[in-house]
Formats: sequence, structure tokens, C-alpha cells
Amino acid sequence: MTCARACAVAVALFALSDRSGAEYRFNLPAPQSSVAHTAYDLHIIVLWVCLAIFALVFGAMFYSLLRHRKSLGHAAHPFHESTTVEVIWTTVPFLILVGLAWPATKAVLAQKDTGNPDLTIKITGHQWKWEYEYLQEGVRFLSVLATPSEQIGDRMEKGEHYLLEVDEPLVVPVGRKVRLLLTAADVIHSWWVPALGVKQDAIPGFIRDTWFRADAPGTYRGQCAELCGRGHAFMPIVVEVKPEAEYRAWLAARKSDQAAKAAESGRAFAPAELLALGEKIFTANCAACHQANGRGIPGLFPALAGSAIVNGPPQAHVGRVLQGKPGTAMPAFAAQLDDAEIAAVVSYERQSWGNHAEPVQPALVKNQRQ
Amino acid sequence: MNADLGQANAIVMRRLLLLAAAMFGFGFALVPLYSIFCDITGLNRDEAQVLARNTQVDRSRSVQVQMLSNSENGDRWRLLAPTGAIAPHPGELVEIEYELDNLSDRPLVGRAVPSYAPARAAAYFKKIECFCFREQRLAPHEKLRMPVLFVLDNRLPADIGVVTLSYTFYAKGES
Amino acid sequence: MAIDGSSAILEPAHHGALPGGTWRWLTTTNHKDIGTLYLCFAAVMFLTGGLMAMTIRAELFQPGLQFVQPELFNQLTTLHGLIMIFGVIMPTFTGFANWQIPLMIGAPDMAFPRMNNWSFWLLPVAAALLIGSMFLPGGAVAGGWTLYPPLSIQGGISYDMTIFALHIMGASSIMGAINIITTILNMRAPGMTPMRMPMFVWTWLITAFLLIAVMPVLAGTITMLLTDRNFGTHFFSAAGGGDPVMFQHLFWFFGHPEVYILILPAFGIVSTVIPTFARKPLFGYRSMVYATASIAILSFIVWGHHMFTVGMPVAAQLFFMYATMLIAVPTGVKVFNWVATMWRGSLTFETAMLFAVAFVCLFTIGGFSGLVLAMVPVDTQLQDTYYVVAHFHYVLVTGALFAIYAGLYYWLPKWTGHRVDENWGRWHFWLSAVSVNVLFFPMHFLGLAGMPRRIPDYALQFADFNRIASIGGFVFGASQILLLIVIVKCVRGGEPAGNCPYEGAVGLEWTLSSPPPYHSFATPPELE
Repeated sequence: MTCARACAVAVALFALSDRSGAEYRFNLPAPQSSVAHTAYDLHIIVLWVCLAIFALVFGAMFYSLLRHRKSLGHAAHPFHESTTVEVIWTTVPFLILVGLAWPATKAVLAQKDTGNPDLTIKITGHQWKWEYEYLQEGVRFLSVLATPSEQIGDRMEKGEHYLLEVDEPLVVPVGRKVRLLLTAADVIHSWWVPALGVKQDAIPGFIRDTWFRADAPGTYRGQCAELCGRGHAFMPIVVEVKPEAEYRAWLAARKSDQAAKAAESGRAFAPAELLALGEKIFTANCAACHQANGRGIPGLFPALAGSAIVNGPPQAHVGRVLQGKPGTAMPAFAAQLDDAEIAAVVSYERQSWGNHAEPVQPALVKNQRQ
Repeated sequence: MNADLGQANAIVMRRLLLLAAAMFGFGFALVPLYSIFCDITGLNRDEAQVLARNTQVDRSRSVQVQMLSNSENGDRWRLLAPTGAIAPHPGELVEIEYELDNLSDRPLVGRAVPSYAPARAAAYFKKIECFCFREQRLAPHEKLRMPVLFVLDNRLPADIGVVTLSYTFYAKGES
Repeated sequence: MAIDGSSAILEPAHHGALPGGTWRWLTTTNHKDIGTLYLCFAAVMFLTGGLMAMTIRAELFQPGLQFVQPELFNQLTTLHGLIMIFGVIMPTFTGFANWQIPLMIGAPDMAFPRMNNWSFWLLPVAAALLIGSMFLPGGAVAGGWTLYPPLSIQGGISYDMTIFALHIMGASSIMGAINIITTILNMRAPGMTPMRMPMFVWTWLITAFLLIAVMPVLAGTITMLLTDRNFGTHFFSAAGGGDPVMFQHLFWFFGHPEVYILILPAFGIVSTVIPTFARKPLFGYRSMVYATASIAILSFIVWGHHMFTVGMPVAAQLFFMYATMLIAVPTGVKVFNWVATMWRGSLTFETAMLFAVAFVCLFTIGGFSGLVLAMVPVDTQLQDTYYVVAHFHYVLVTGALFAIYAGLYYWLPKWTGHRVDENWGRWHFWLSAVSVNVLFFPMHFLGLAGMPRRIPDYALQFADFNRIASIGGFVFGASQILLLIVIVKCVRGGEPAGNCPYEGAVGLEWTLSSPPPYHSFATPPELE
């Protein structure tokens, strides 16, 4: 019988699950935090309970299917009630459920305990990238998919961490309680790192909190778990857990980097420099909708090639990028990109795909922001 | 089909239609019910709280309050949270100030929406005065300093050591 | 099921001046004609939704984007869900109800024949709106069948069309439910007391009450979405004091009972088929009725388990977790009763029975994964992953759909007058039953390993299981052609079924000829 076969396969597969090979993974990833550990253990417990009941009930059913056949000359015994039996199979499952609810309740309470954190990170979901802000440190950056579009389009061999790699990972110290504050700028996203046992929806207009404490240094990868539009599959999460000293060093480097960037915001850029930076920014922020060829997707996302705004006065073009277009998928980039980045991407758009408008300098963006 | 049956059927149909209509209404009634639920739990509360009279300051502990603002909404305005964190005692009256800058050449009308984390702390966050209670109107390029006056209820559970207060500003006529 | 083929089923031999051709089908008020229409409509929708599923599996066959772009992919998953739920499972069950309920309770027709005609003909209109929106600029809805705002507020005109289509389908369901309840309450043959009604009638009675209770809530919710989209209200947007999470509460207040709307009639079918081929009465008829009713009642207080990751208060999480786990008790009772019905019977394995047995076994797998998902900490890991996809496909494909297959094989002889070709049927069963597991079982592993649902492209570690699932999917899809052949063969001819082709079948429908006369019980039958 198929069911028997399916069950046999299932049992065999689950039996293998602890030895999780590199090729086939049958269970949750190895847990790296206490919350993930509890979920892992709870899942194993429920699974065994289910398998035991399954074996019992369907053992009986298959025995019946094999033995109580008309073809074997078995005559039907037309019994159709038994209060005793019915009471037993109502109460026993109930007691089993109570037994399962107990550890689950303890786990829920632990999961919700966001008190006494060592550091707090605010995470904002954008279509389609994550923004991280270290509240006590004043460090803030965006984290964008790093997989090249050639790999997605099958024009290049896919890398080891295909679709699970970002330009700027979230870096946290090992063994510290990290409290996460989540919100979103546009639609609902969900921040999920399986190994850390964290999944929390990010809801525009509201903040939600959750937490984790990573057990060991390492790189842990996850993805957005709530459908958020066409780029839903393309906004991964990478968390790098580092020893305290390395984390401190990273933080210091981040801060000086941010200061250096702020200092050069008034500097004039060479055209080639603008275009090179612009292409990078465009690929990370704009190509998902407007496409790498600038042609957009008819009916959904407007083309930039030959666009009136792109080929018009620079102020309007910069304004659109800064402010976005309310009521559409075009977000405001004012808070996400700095002056040089906006100047670069605008210049890139103005000089690509047959557009021939003049490039824009960061000073103009700076001016327009005020 | 005889007449009696036709009549009996019509009665059942009428009752079932009433049930369907009532459930349609119930769907809409869930909206205020949801707000009532949120009020009870303190989520999404945006009205002034009556301060308990015998408020005592609990000097045995202090609670860290993080103040945040969400300003993803472009460069037409900027909502600035007070910098740094504060750590008042429960029961203590605290005044903080947010700043709203209209960066555009047009007047700005809108309202801020508060949110708290952890969510269960919201019920203990008693605001006496808040700019989120009412609509804000700003002239072009006006900067507005807006106070928030609040008390953390001293019944705040002991395991809540950090409370986050966050505001998102929404301009009218934009979604 | 081609329309012209099935019109042969019901050659109105016992009737005088009946309009012929298209006009007959447009104006018919006969419960059998309307039942046939529902089934044909569902078949066309099944083909449409199935082709979408095949495209989805083709895209997911390997990593990278090969066939469809992400926005089209999202449209396909959204439409696949909406079509399979509102266009296939629900209309099929209504079709079964139309055909069978009057036959089973000894009524001449449904209580409101003209409304019956209306409730069917609304469906093609809704389907045209829903599917037609694919061809508009911007394409069809792409925000998932759950239509969560704010994503669904960003979308274009197709969202409004879909909302309108759902309104129409909701009206159709409510009208259908009113008809079914009235028929069952008022038109039973003398002596057919409630506790003597066939299980299928009981499950449909409860389902119809669920429909009347929750379809209006869906209508209200999507109306709010519509006004948020077009008329500046802020029910679901923080900007105006609303809350996007409230939509989820409202939606799942409808959505969870909806899940039981999709499965309770399946329970009824299986409870009819198994006793026939076990040649024994259904074990624990009374507890079956009570279990069905308790499942229906519990379905109103478990909606929150669809939203464990939105950040609810801990008390709410615990409440929804306990309530959800509680549903396992009445569901377990049903499974135990089915097994006890087979126990010490005199079993034969006609295709209908094969599907019913597979249902019991595979639906239970879906039930168990439901229990796993009920645990909040585990759900935190598995919410919105392929584990959930596996779970609800076990419940809806090997559950609802397999029960529908069991019902089709079981009742086709009654409807057509010809026995089903069991050889073709067995091929259909074995190919479907094996491939469906190849298709959905690996999805459990994908979810556990961390693959989110609703993604058109995935990381390399998910490649192997996705390839296996896709192969299973293609075989499963192709196997359904066999069903089409079986049905066409059965409609066209075959061994005559007589009044009752089954040794162990009981019930009023088997006292009539096959196919039954155009008006079933002109004079009410007598029950001993």
C-alpha cells in the first residue's frame, strides 16, 4: 500500500535525520541559541509522539486491510458502538496533548522574555532590503542581496551561498543577549534566522521586539519569511556572530567609516567615479523593479530608458529618488542613501540605456535636502 | 411543492439571511472590538491617561526608556527622537521632547502613531501629554518641538528592564 | 467532464417539455443539472489551477529563474490558491451536495430551485473576473491568497477585481448554504430523524452553517480593504490609526472555519464510502456527529495560530496554542472511528475505497503536521515555510481532493447509470497516491531546512528536494488525465449499474434507478 510505503520512507528518513548529511537535510538546522534549542527539542518530542500514534493506529488499520478482506473469506462483524472504547480514545489523546502543552508553554514564556538585553538593534524591513541600526552605538547601515543578477538569470555559475549572501551582514557579539526591535517602512516583512530560532514579523507603523543569544561564533543565514512583493526571495539575512573583541573592532571600523563618508559628502566626484558607484547602487536598490536594462516591467514598474523625469531637469529626478512616489512601490531613498550615493545613482540613470542627460554632483543633492 | 412547505422554507431562509447579515455586521463590529481589546492590553493607546492619585515613586529600581522615531517617509519631514536613553524610576513624572521638522515648501499636516516594545509594557506607559494625541500642523520649513509627559506605572512587571517608545509620523493625504 | 458529455447523463426521459441545449443549462432549476454544472465548472477550474501549479513546479525545478519572472510567479501562487479553494474544492462539494442531498434524504429537489440556479451561475462570472485580471496591465493579484495589506494596498486594479470576485463567490456560497440547510431541515422524508441522516448530510449541514457564519465576515473584511484602497479609509493602515495586523485577525476569523468548510464534507464522503466497502455500519455514528460539530465550534477560536509570528501577547499565543491542540481530540475520534469501521469488516478495494483509505492515512499526516505547527516555539521556526505548504497540501490534496475522488468513483455509477472502469481507476489511484507523496512529503524537509514559501528562486541547499517534489508534481498532474478518461468513459457507457452497484451500500439514493429520474422522489419514500 502506498501509505505503508510513504510511512516507511518517512520513518527511514527521520531515522537518518540526526546524521544530517551535507546533501540532504531532514531536520531543523543545528540550533545556535537557547530559543532555537527548545524549538528543536520540542519538535523532536512532538514528532516521536506523532510517529508512535501513527504506527499504532495505522498498524491496526493495515492489519485490518490485510486480514479482514472479503477475498480471504472474512465475514463482516456488524458492531458499531462501544462507549468504553470511545471514551478511552477521547481521553487518552487529551492527556497526551496536556503532556505536550506543558513544555511548549515553558518555551513560549522563555521566548517572550526580552528583558535585560546587552545590546539593542533596530531592524527595519524595506522592499527589498534590511536596515540595521545599533541603538547605543549610532551605527546604521543597509544590508542588500550580494548575489549577482547573472547568477539568478542562469548566465553565470551559482556561488556557494547563492541568494543567502549580503553586502553588509549584521554583526553581533557571541554570548550576549541581543534584543531586536522590528518595524517596516512599506509592507510587512519577517526577519528569520533559523539557526538562532528567531522569526518576527516587521510591521509598518509598529515596533515588535524579540531576542536571541548566540551560542557560538559563526555565520548564520536566513531569509524574509513574509511575502513582500516581487523581491521577497531576494532579501536574505546574514548574521555574523563574532567574539567580543572582534565585534568591538568591527564596531570601531564601522564608526570611522561612517564619519569619513559624512566628511566627504560635499566633495566633487569625477564622472567615471560617479558612474561606477552609481551602477553598484542601482543594482542593489533599483534593478529589482526598473530592471538592469532600465526598461522596467510594463504595467508594473516604469522604464527609465527614455523616461521624461530621468532626461529632464536634475532637481526633479533627484527629488523623485529622495522622496519616492507615495502610493506606489517607489520608496523614498532620502534616509537610506547618502548624498554621494544618490548623486551617483541619478548620474548613472541619466547616462545609461540611451539617456544623455548631464550627471549630478553630491553638492546638488545636499542642497536639495535642505 | 405544497404551500405549507414553501412557507416553512421561506421562514428558514429569512432566518438564515438574518444570520448572514448579522455576521456581515459582526465583521465590522470586530474593528471596534479590536480597539477595545487593544485598549485593555494597552496596545496602540493614543489618548491621555488619568494619572493614579497615589502615585508613588519606586526608587528601588529604574527602567531604561529608549526613544525612537521612524523617518523612512522621505525628505518632506523629519521626526527626531531625543538623543540618548533615560532611566526614570517607575512612578516618576518624565518629560521628553521630540522634534518635527517640515523640510518642504508646503505646509505639513499629519499625526504621529506611537508603538511600544515589549508590547505588554504599553499598559503601564501612562502618557499625560503627547503630541500623538492630536494632529500637528506645520508651516513650510517650520520646526516644532513637541513634549511627551509620561509616568511609568509602578506596577510595571519587574522583569521589564527596558521599554522602547517609538513614533512614526504620517502626513495626511499620503498613504 | 465535458458539458456535452454530461448532458447525456441526464437525458430527461421522464420529463415533457424541457428546453434543450444551452438554454436548458442556463435556466435549469433541477438539482441534478445544477450539481452537474458545479462539477463541470470545478473540473475546468481544476485544470486551470493545476496548470498554474505545474508552472510553479517547473520554475522551482532548479535554482535560478527559468520560466517565469518573480511577479508572474507571485500571481500564479496567488491565483492557484484562490482558484483551488474557491473554484475547485468548494464548488465540487456543492455539486456533490446538489446531487446527493435530495437523493439521500428523500426530497424531490432542493428547497429553492431558482436560487440554486443563481448560486451556480454567479460562479463563472466571478471566475472570469479573477482570471481575466491576469490579462490587464500589471497582471493579476500577486499578494498571496490571504491578501495581506499593506502589500495588497500597493497593487493595481486586479486587486479590486479579485475583491469583487470574492464578493460574488461569497454570495454564491451563502445562497448555496441557505438552500442546503433549508432542504435538510424541511424536506427530509418522513421517518428520517436527524440522527438517522447519512453522515454526508450531517457534515454538509454543519458546513453550511459555517459558510453562513464566516463568508459574510470575509465579505466585510475585503470591503474594508476595498475602501482602504480606493476611498481613503484607514482600517488597516497605521497612518490613520488602523492596524495591518487587524486584517489578519479578521481574515483568519473567516479563514480558519473556511479550512473546515473545505474538509468537513470530505469527512462525510469518507464516512459514507468506508462502511460500504467494509460491509459494516459506520462505527460511532453519534460520536462522529458530535466530533464534527465540536470541530466546527472550535474552528472559531483558533484563528490566531496563523499569526504566531506577528508578535501577539503571550496570553493570546498560549490560548490559541491550547485551542488548536484541542482540535486534535475530535479529529482523532474521527480517524479512530474510520479505522474501527474497517476493523473486522469484509473489505474489498474498489477505487472509491482505495481513495478513502488513502485519505484516512494521508489526511492524518496532515493532521499531525498541524499538531507540530500548533506548538508556538516550533511554529516560530516553521511559519511561512514549505513545512506549512506541505501541511495544508496534505490536508487539502490528500485530504479534501482524495475524498472528492472517492466520492466521484462512488457516486458516478448512480449519476451516469454505468459502472466505473475499475482498471483505469486503479491506475489513477496508484499513480496519484504515489506521486502525491513524492510531491508533498519532501516539502516537510524543505521547510525544516529553512525554505520560505512563496519564493520563485531558492538557495542551492534546497535544490534536491525541490527537484524531487517537481517530478512528483508532474507525475501527479499527468495522472489526473486518467481521471478525465475514467469519467468520460463512464458517462459514455459501460456495464449498467442497476439501482445499486455495491453490495454493502445503504441509503435512499440506492433505491432509485441509476441515473435517477429527473425528479427524484415525487412521493416521499417510506423509511422502516
